[in-house]
Amino acid sequence: MTVTASHLIWGVRRRTIVSDVSLSVAQGETLGLIGPNGSGKSSLLRLLAGLKRPSSGRIEINGQDIAHVPRRLLARQVAFVQQSAATDTNVSVRDVVRLGRTPHRSALAGWSAEDEAAVAAALARVDMTDRRAQPWQTLSGGERQRVHIARALAQSPRVMFLDEPTNHLDIHHQIEILRMVRDLDLTSIIALHDLNLAAMFCDRIIVLQGGRIIASGTPETVLTRALLRDVFRVEAEISLAPQGGAPHIRFRAD
Amino acid sequence: MKTVDDVGSGTAGLVLLLGFTLVVLVFAVAVATAIGDYAIGLGTVFLAVTNGLGLTGAEIPPIEQSVVWDLRLSRALVAALAGAGLALCGAILQALLRNALAEPFVLGVSAGASTGAVCVIVLGIGAGGLSLSMGAFAGAFAAFALVALLSNGATSGPNHTILAGVAASQLFNALTSYIVTTSGNAQQARDVMFWLLGSFGGVRWPDFQLLVLVVVLGLAVCLWMARSLDAFTFGDEDASALGVPVARIRLILFGITAMMTATIVSMVGAIGFVGLVVPHAARYIVGPMHLRLLPACAAIGAVFLVLADIASRVIVPQQIVPIGVVTALVGVPFFAIILYRSRPQT
Repeated sequence: MTVTASHLIWGVRRRTIVSDVSLSVAQGETLGLIGPNGSGKSSLLRLLAGLKRPSSGRIEINGQDIAHVPRRLLARQVAFVQQSAATDTNVSVRDVVRLGRTPHRSALAGWSAEDEAAVAAALARVDMTDRRAQPWQTLSGGERQRVHIARALAQSPRVMFLDEPTNHLDIHHQIEILRMVRDLDLTSIIALHDLNLAAMFCDRIIVLQGGRIIASGTPETVLTRALLRDVFRVEAEISLAPQGGAPHIRFRAD
Repeated sequence: MKTVDDVGSGTAGLVLLLGFTLVVLVFAVAVATAIGDYAIGLGTVFLAVTNGLGLTGAEIPPIEQSVVWDLRLSRALVAALAGAGLALCGAILQALLRNALAEPFVLGVSAGASTGAVCVIVLGIGAGGLSLSMGAFAGAFAAFALVALLSNGATSGPNHTILAGVAASQLFNALTSYIVTTSGNAQQARDVMFWLLGSFGGVRWPDFQLLVLVVVLGLAVCLWMARSLDAFTFGDEDASALGVPVARIRLILFGITAMMTATIVSMVGAIGFVGLVVPHAARYIVGPMHLRLLPACAAIGAVFLVLADIASRVIVPQQIVPIGVVTALVGVPFFAIILYRSRPQT
């Protein structure tokens, strides 16, 4: 499933936050969105997922303009994972994952075998099957994030958007979650802060600055010393692994 | 290994709860109809009801027939519907506002109703042509309109809506106090106070007919949207990502709750605590998912308020304690138990 955006513009009052962004993501690709704070990553992600309406420009998912697709139908194809969404309600892991079936169920329809299969598969995918009865409130941060991803998977989406899914997680869980997302058979677009993680797990990276795309391409071509100095204002050494692995960025303290 | 399916057990729990509350409700309504200054036996109550429905033609004293059918039965049934409606509104608002403290009056509806009622009782607006109920209903809706206006049609997020409700409540409470202190006499102030604490005295069949329409309609719409309410668990944006048309659902449900609350308040006054406590109790029994929670709330709320009405009539002999006092006196200890048992285990 492909995602294309052309000439997206969005802002709040007089401040333009996303200005003239065009991009295209191929079927099965994992795209990383990186950029400093306030560069418009989260806003762009929400525009692409259809959670915000652009003031101009259009977004097509598989050739369909999403402005003309009803919310419920869109949610059957597109899932969105917020960064650390919380609740006070006393729900179980299974209840949360079941919410993912919302766009597929009519108001009073019963729970179908298809729903059950989707939830079971999603729980298995994030390795939470044994803990499906556990209350949400007793989960750790990494487990909660895994459950959120399971809920998104239960939507049976073909495109998944993730807004900094690894925030507040330890390094083991950061890597675990991104590896899982990369290995999914989905088109995924991830906003990320950690440049090394972006380099390790994304097929392609887009760099945003001031709401504009200023670089786009494979991690090795995008992540250069000059770009890090210009965009992130840091000095760094970049080493490329000999067998064509992900570039590694070592930041300099002085 | 096979595990117990938590969906099945939750539904079984609901069916059990609904069956149980229905039995208790019938019994409570019968008791509420039997007791009073003029006590009537349960057998006579039963015959009077079947007579009233035209099923039987039993010979019972006309006065007993009249007390049961014309006065007490309508009162008990209005109490049940009011309880069901308030509990339902509480559950809806707690979900939409994502706040465990939300209750039907959080949107300023009761404060607006009191201002409307005071305008009729004290200022004599409408000059007899406008009843107390109509004044209260108009006031309640004025308050809701103000809240809707302040929170952009309730689209600017839960906290914003709650703050708008606080502002509206303060404004209308101030208006009420101003009118009472500047132009009311002591008796009028007492009337207003008594009315505000809630009373089922004086409700008759036409009230029941209106209320049954509003509450059944409200319950139907809310059940229709129960799945969407579940999607609000993690907030508005999440609900939107799950395919829920957030702005539309919010506005419809706020409108429904305002309508139900305003109708109930205009009939029986601002009966507090039902809308706050019952949803928590129901959640404790059937869990947080709304397709089960909403019917459970309606059932428990109905029983709760009929029992509270009985209590309000028997606690002090020869005198009726305001129903709002009873709901709080009974509700608070009950609430304390739930709070204690559901405390975070850290």
